[in-house]
Amino acid sequence: MRVWKFGDDIDTDAIIPGRFLTIYDPAELAKHAFEGTRDEFAKGAWEGDVVVGGTNFGCGSSREHAPLALLGAGVRVVVAKSFARIFYRNAVNTGLLPLVCPEADAIKDGETVRVDLAGGYIEADGRRLPVEPVPGFMKEIVDSGGLVAYAKNLDEVKTCSTE
Amino acid sequence: MAATIAEKIFSMKCGSTVRAGDVVMAPVDAAMIHDITGPLAVRVFGEMGGEHVFDPERIIMLFDHQVPADSIPAAENHVFMRQFAEEQEIHNYDLLEGVCHQVVMEKGRAAPGEIIVGTDSHTCTYGAAGAFATGIGSTDMGFVLKFGALYFRVPESILIEVNGTFGRRVGPKDLILSLAGDIGADGATYMALEFAGRTMEKMNMAGRMTCANMVIEMGAKAGIVRPDAATWDYVAARRAIEPFDLAGDPDAAYRDRRHYDVTDLAPQVAVPHNVDNVVDVTKVAGTKVDQVFIGSCTNGRYEDLFEAAEVMGSADRFASGVRVIVIPASRTEYLKALRAGLIERFVEAGALVEAPCCGPCMGGAFGLLAPGEVSLSTSNRNFRGRQGSTQARVYLASPATAAASALYGEITDPREV
Repeated sequence: MRVWKFGDDIDTDAIIPGRFLTIYDPAELAKHAFEGTRDEFAKGAWEGDVVVGGTNFGCGSSREHAPLALLGAGVRVVVAKSFARIFYRNAVNTGLLPLVCPEADAIKDGETVRVDLAGGYIEADGRRLPVEPVPGFMKEIVDSGGLVAYAKNLDEVKTCSTE
Repeated sequence: MAATIAEKIFSMKCGSTVRAGDVVMAPVDAAMIHDITGPLAVRVFGEMGGEHVFDPERIIMLFDHQVPADSIPAAENHVFMRQFAEEQEIHNYDLLEGVCHQVVMEKGRAAPGEIIVGTDSHTCTYGAAGAFATGIGSTDMGFVLKFGALYFRVPESILIEVNGTFGRRVGPKDLILSLAGDIGADGATYMALEFAGRTMEKMNMAGRMTCANMVIEMGAKAGIVRPDAATWDYVAARRAIEPFDLAGDPDAAYRDRRHYDVTDLAPQVAVPHNVDNVVDVTKVAGTKVDQVFIGSCTNGRYEDLFEAAEVMGSADRFASGVRVIVIPASRTEYLKALRAGLIERFVEAGALVEAPCCGPCMGGAFGLLAPGEVSLSTSNRNFRGRQGSTQARVYLASPATAAASALYGEITDPREV
């Protein structure tokens, strides 16, 4: 997996600017991913590439266009030291795997890494960098193949409500 | 057992004691969708096998990001959403009422103790009404439309106690910007901020909305202002409701307790390109601006427009070479400003007053910046490219600082005007 390395506080306006929000098709969104921020991404990203960020990746808007744009570009895994909350959930829900890796700084732009989910690490330049496990209830959604697949098999949900 | 407001709200909804860290499938009291993120939520609802929404009366639909339609795809989105509203018998405010968060508040659709979700990150605004309100993505919203419930991790809370009296032409926006600078862009990730203290008690609802609105800029899931008489009066004027006590307990397990005194707070400015990059206005005074935007869900209320007009004083023109865009946050706020003569003053001084919508803050509809241009905006985000070119620079400030800057064509300390 080839790495596209970014810094801290990569916001959703950087991932997909506001003027493209009438687009919903991941492949079309991908043509504008990181437009104006890192133009070579849309042209150069291919299936299986991995985006690596620093802290607070995906901060800002709740736009699900952001994970969709990355998925459309062929990215299946995003690695960061930490994620903004809404992006993290949107990623899980749409099938983009967000991995928290406290040592993500050690990963270099353009290098090839290997993600071993069972082993709980990313192998970069011979080093094994631990990734945090996906939290329990989110894992259930990931294992179902995203929230849509999870919800399809449900007729109703049992809330904790007394109503 | 002592609890924070967030813990109390989830416990009330669940009928059992829940605490920070618990993951619950909680019922939602209201769900808001708009023209940008709504269409995807509606599609997901269909993909999930949804036929009828859980409760049409609990769904709030409106258009505010691209209104009136600025492109054919935007117009198509509006048509798509209108059809869905009609099929599902959802009341659609359409493009008539204004910016989603202002409309939800002023229509009385948010109240203390409620859980509200919206497909917009600034949904946290309704914390000003004492609700637990949070922004979600479209897929989560598809789930909510179908089931009326969603998974939540009950957040830990940071108590924000604010005391002191604001100086002249310093106010809620300066407070929340200074908090962003202090706590940082990810300092409250996954947490709730609970606002308390005498300054908050004295603050009007418009100011509380400004504060709650921007907690997402610190990564927070919600920002809740302790409901008091002002909260209940605001909500009770809009719907039948019985007040009850909802405050965090003094011995609740807050993650952190932070104390602030606003007495000596200077007007604050978030400088490019992060919201937590905050300085006193004096540090950036003199920076030339090409555009000034007064509006948005953060600062587009009557009180904000009044604050701007007060700074204008007897000045009859904004500086030449500055584009001043004023957008009231809703039709109601627009009418209040119009009847008070504020709109006339802005127009006479050279402002473009637009119909209620997100405006330049949306970064796609209009009011975009060219490479190298500088904007001073009362909105909530100054990310690179947020208002147009990634080569443009956006500064965030209060309506008072915005008006002062519009008068002089450069970032100006409103206390000096």
